[in-house]
Amino acid sequence: MITGELPAVVLLGAQRYDPTLGEAIEELKVKGKIATITAGWQEREDDDEDLKEHLKGRAINLSLHARGEDVFRKDKELLNAHRERQALLRHRQDFYRVRLEHALDAQHVIDQRAAPDDILEDEARTSIDAIRNIDALHLDRCTRDRREFDARYKPFDRAAVAEHRDQIADIIDDCEAIAIAGGHVASLLNRLRLFGIAELAKGKTIFAWCAGAMAISERVVLFHDSPPQGPGAAEVLDAGLGFVGEVVVLPQPEFRLKLGDRQRLKVMVRRFAPAACIAMPARSRVTWLRSGPTAPHGAFAIRDDGTHSFEPPSRSGRGLASGSSVELSPSSTAIPLPSPPPSLPSRDV
Amino acid sequence: MVNRHKQLAIQDLVKSAPDNGKVDKFLSAPGRTFPLVEGPHATFIWRGDADGVSLRHWIFGLESESSLARVPNTDLWYLTLDIPHGSRVEYKFELHRHGTSQWIEDPRNPNRARDPFGANSVLQGEGYEVPDWVAPDPDARPGRLEPFSFHSKTFDSMRHGAIYLPARFRKTRLYPLLVVHDGSDYVNFANMRTVLDNLIHRLEIPDMIVAFTDSPDRIREYANDERHARFLTQELLPDLTKRLPIIDRPQARCLMGASFGAVAAFSTAYRYPDVWGRLLLQSGSFAFTDIGTRNRRGPLFDRVVEFVNQVREAPAAVSERIFMSCGVYESLIYENRSLVPLLDATGMQVKFVEARDGHNWENWRDRLREGMSWLFPGPLLMVYE
Repeated sequence: MITGELPAVVLLGAQRYDPTLGEAIEELKVKGKIATITAGWQEREDDDEDLKEHLKGRAINLSLHARGEDVFRKDKELLNAHRERQALLRHRQDFYRVRLEHALDAQHVIDQRAAPDDILEDEARTSIDAIRNIDALHLDRCTRDRREFDARYKPFDRAAVAEHRDQIADIIDDCEAIAIAGGHVASLLNRLRLFGIAELAKGKTIFAWCAGAMAISERVVLFHDSPPQGPGAAEVLDAGLGFVGEVVVLPQPEFRLKLGDRQRLKVMVRRFAPAACIAMPARSRVTWLRSGPTAPHGAFAIRDDGTHSFEPPSRSGRGLASGSSVELSPSSTAIPLPSPPPSLPSRDV
Repeated sequence: MVNRHKQLAIQDLVKSAPDNGKVDKFLSAPGRTFPLVEGPHATFIWRGDADGVSLRHWIFGLESESSLARVPNTDLWYLTLDIPHGSRVEYKFELHRHGTSQWIEDPRNPNRARDPFGANSVLQGEGYEVPDWVAPDPDARPGRLEPFSFHSKTFDSMRHGAIYLPARFRKTRLYPLLVVHDGSDYVNFANMRTVLDNLIHRLEIPDMIVAFTDSPDRIREYANDERHARFLTQELLPDLTKRLPIIDRPQARCLMGASFGAVAAFSTAYRYPDVWGRLLLQSGSFAFTDIGTRNRRGPLFDRVVEFVNQVREAPAAVSERIFMSCGVYESLIYENRSLVPLLDATGMQVKFVEARDGHNWENWRDRLREGMSWLFPGPLLMVYE
């Protein structure tokens, strides 16, 4: 489901090596200019020649990262407040993680116990509920902190922000769509919020991938099953812009998820239900229109039992790279996505 | 994996009533490297004239001297040991000739580990691989290593070291600080500069500032010396914080060290609780006694024992996160294992990692990735491109 103020939202897999953004734009018949956001690349924000080339000269980079730096240079009070808030968020995330790890440990221990099935089922539900409560509490606190910050510092009313915001609004007005690249998701989200992009994007078609796709969903979930310090838990970072609801976006699943670990995936899916955990490998794509999602290209939902339909691309060209058929709706969960409208063409299903 | 019923190559040779010609063939068999690792069995080989040949290794729990046997009618010497999966063993040969002995590196083994005392040969057991992140990566932008000198009032002498600044260092950003004991050795023998470049490049640790420090008298100053703790916390830290853009929070400050360096790090944090929020302690020389104060390791450890006994008596949460590692082939494994539950019970987050390795710099090098990324997780979890 997408917010009614947008005509369409397209989530894509990673674009770095084999971009499919052009195909998606063509599919939706977007002909006008496209405002791009590469703030997730931080200092490398303007290193966007490949993207510009891919968009055939139609791209105008909103330079949100650089604009943010400029704002902080000009408005020291906001800079200091921002730094304080970042420190607060780090504390929040750290304490949340401590609670979360203990809850997940408890879930794991209980899961290993032998007991009658009905007791085990009940306890498993309770374990997941405990984890969900921790996630929800963290999200509430982040939202509360942000509202307090906004109420106190009123960023949009400050001259340094307002000046850039006006310029950004003019650029976006002149564009038909906005393309939001990946990168550092917290940094990206911060810039999107600083300039109120959610409001400025009304009426525009949105294309977003990787961190960009995460940032415009309703809840940003950080995840990596094989980090060097040992497998950590997926964790909620914050609320996203909420352009797309009822999904948790999982980019680069082929590298970041242990797709063979059903137990782990099962816990993740149940934690975030009723939102669907949508994995977005390279070349995948899901388009949401106001009427609902079209059939996905290569994206797949993790099912309630931890299974999925992903098959990595093979050398013979089969698999996702050639557009193999994959499903988005979880088959055995209470979180099915609406069926695609029959009038829309689909390559993969 | 070797078929358990299949004979080892050296046994085949011995049974074949070999002469030196057969030995030549044995040694030059295509693809054969030495020591000969066949599953969990490692055969050490030396060839030449000697009255006797011994293996000198640093595996605590095995006899430190093991004699090689001579293959009859040849000048080939050998010894087969069971070496568990994933082991890494440093060793030398000791040659006995005409009443004298000489320690040498294994001439048939190109794998060497250097340390402040020279170099050792390295047996890489089945399943051990040198991590790919310890070698220079052409894609990883190198950070800068700048020498620094500092006059310590506490010691009334100059202290020297080097500051590592990450490749994308900017004065307008704030960074965590890692202070390393035996800094020169970490750079020279544990490739730590390269490791930092690589882990930062891979987003596994954040950009950080690292102070590599050295002591002119580490045996004394690192062994629970109040002056050292004062020097680090009241002199070096304020000076670095004044000169460099360092995050002014305990969570962003880490002390690390190996062996006595780990004692120095931990005892400093113990003296200044809540200043150093992260500790990375490798093969800490955490000797203690359960009764009395005499310890089996000698007087150099007296002050260490005093400190560790104090910690055991009154464990306290002095930091937030402690990463500890130790080799299972070290005599210190007992002390390190003993400390973990005590520290854990204080509420500090403690991660303890064991490795099939000894008390040496490459063991400490191989644990850097896990330790640093656990203490300072990089932006890997945040970056989705």
